[in-house]
Amino acid sequence: MASIPYAPAGDEGRTNLWSRRPRFMTPSLLIYAALILWAFISLFPIYWTITTSFKTAVNVTQGHLIPFVDFTPDWKGWRSLGLSPDTISAPSTVRDEFVRRFFNSIVASAGASFLAVVIGSLAAYGLSRFSYKFLWMRNKDISFFFLSQLILPPVVLAMPFLVLYKHLMLLDTLVGLILVYTLMVLPIVIWIMRDQFDTIPLELEQAALVDGCSIWGAFLRIVLPIALPGMVAAFILSVILCWNEYFFAALLTSSNAKTLPVMVASQTGSQGINWWSMAAIATAAIMPLVLVGIFLERYIVKGLTAGAVK
Amino acid sequence: MSHTTMPAGTTPSSAVPDRAELQLISARRGRLLFTAATILLLAVLALQVLEASGVTAIGLVSWRPLLFAYILWAVALCAAQILIRGEDGQRAAFVLPAVLFTVAMVVFPTVFGLYIAFTDWNLSAAAGRRFNGLDNLRTLFADVYFWNALLNMVYYVAAVLVQYAIAFGLALLLNAEIRARKFFRVAFLLPLMLSPVAVSWMIGKSLMEYRFGPAATLARHLGWDNPAFFSTPWLARTSIIAMDAWVSIPFMMILLLAGLQALPAEVKEAAKVDGASGWQSFKEITFPLMLPVSMTVVILRIIFQLKLADIVINVTAGGPGGATDTVSSFIFREYRDRSNVGYGTMLAEFYLVVIIIFVALILKGASRWMQRSN
Repeated sequence: MASIPYAPAGDEGRTNLWSRRPRFMTPSLLIYAALILWAFISLFPIYWTITTSFKTAVNVTQGHLIPFVDFTPDWKGWRSLGLSPDTISAPSTVRDEFVRRFFNSIVASAGASFLAVVIGSLAAYGLSRFSYKFLWMRNKDISFFFLSQLILPPVVLAMPFLVLYKHLMLLDTLVGLILVYTLMVLPIVIWIMRDQFDTIPLELEQAALVDGCSIWGAFLRIVLPIALPGMVAAFILSVILCWNEYFFAALLTSSNAKTLPVMVASQTGSQGINWWSMAAIATAAIMPLVLVGIFLERYIVKGLTAGAVK
Repeated sequence: MSHTTMPAGTTPSSAVPDRAELQLISARRGRLLFTAATILLLAVLALQVLEASGVTAIGLVSWRPLLFAYILWAVALCAAQILIRGEDGQRAAFVLPAVLFTVAMVVFPTVFGLYIAFTDWNLSAAAGRRFNGLDNLRTLFADVYFWNALLNMVYYVAAVLVQYAIAFGLALLLNAEIRARKFFRVAFLLPLMLSPVAVSWMIGKSLMEYRFGPAATLARHLGWDNPAFFSTPWLARTSIIAMDAWVSIPFMMILLLAGLQALPAEVKEAAKVDGASGWQSFKEITFPLMLPVSMTVVILRIIFQLKLADIVINVTAGGPGGATDTVSSFIFREYRDRSNVGYGTMLAEFYLVVIIIFVALILKGASRWMQRSN
């Protein structure tokens, strides 16, 4: 379509551009100024935290900001964590503690996200394809039942869970944490996945069914591979939510299954001047997610926008 | 019981069992399986209750056997559905795991929570749980701090509208024809990824720190002599709102940006041809078209905002004088510091009722408004 009337269209476009440029100069400058301002607001706290983990007391009190120019980076903060180059090989109780919390966070968030994506995808597929009738509840009501769990504030469940877990011996275990987190992210996963399945044309499965596949066979062999990107998006979003969860972790874990946010919070509680080690812990806690944000941004956006924007 | 294939039909010629008959057999098996699993579940439940009340002593240390029995029962239920109802059962098996999971995880705690709410139960007191009727509710109505926290929630929810305005502005900026869009998008998204606990330290306790925090230093340079961000009630509340906004604006921005990108290009072109100015085309075209997305975003954010707790717990612990307290952080302290389980749960259940009414009203209002504006 563009090949034949190319020259005139291009010409027109160029004159248009030329005539517009002076008029558009200031607005676009303003746009960039606003963009840079907000990028600064978004990034400065992260920059501040990372650089502070390389500062000594003097640099903190005198407000030095730029490494190598204002101050010489020092491993002090990381040394207190046992993660600086000179202490990395030496035994360190702080590092062991940190590594355990880090590992707990990984297991809890990945386990819960996996479980939620599995049962959430199944439910979402069922709700997207079949019409159910259970007592008075139809598909719409069942979906609403799942989504309504979003409203439930953690405080309502916290105490009953504490008692329940005590009797089930799940207190301070990763399994207990995984179950709670699964409950927390399940509505979101179902929401995202239902939207994903809705976009996959029905004809594909019908063809498979005609070929003799069972319903589950068609789902596993035909639909699942197509829906995989959506599942990855749901998984990543769930991991982020679980990784950052603090409320349940603070109440339901004590020594064994404590996660990273609880450790960070317990460190901040001591209002000391020990900024560098706090900054090092905070940096280590946010780094995985900053990397996820930078490299998997596409999936996060996909997960966030599924269902909400039609 | 072993069932050999008996020709049940009246046609003796068919020695091979036909489909209907197979179906019948598997249905019978399914029912058997389900009955067995139910009996097992009930038996375990009965045993556990007896054990807990001290009638028997087989040495059950916890209620865990009941958990396993429930899992077994759930699996049997799914299998039985498939065996009994064939294809319909296969369909049901998609949604059953999630339903069984959610029911087990939500219904029991909520019901049990209702019971706790009407007891006087302090973990640090020697006396155990004691039913005390409506006493907790009476205390609640007289509790100034709780009502104060509820009032704070009004401010926090109102702040969502400001966040929405900023997020919309940012979405418009990102939707403009700019260079390095990818960079800006990632940069704007990053705060969303960070844990509120880390943010509490990064911003609340170090950037805004009175003596050395860069934000305080900047404020001093701008002529504010005494930049104590958490000293007066309104200042503290604003600081908390700002921190929360920093974390949650990206969420709204991403959704609004997706909405903007989904707008049909012709509409904006038409506006441009008609000579509408930027502001006019925004007011007359973009904003009305974005209403559905905006509604979704604001309602979602309000629902999340009603759970706001982490930042408050970690930065101000509700202070000064309860000015920044949210209901969640207030109840958290009730649990954590005062071990007042009975009363705390009553507060939580009461708050849940308030939330449900509030959200239902919002949803109703939104759907009515959308219908009218269409």
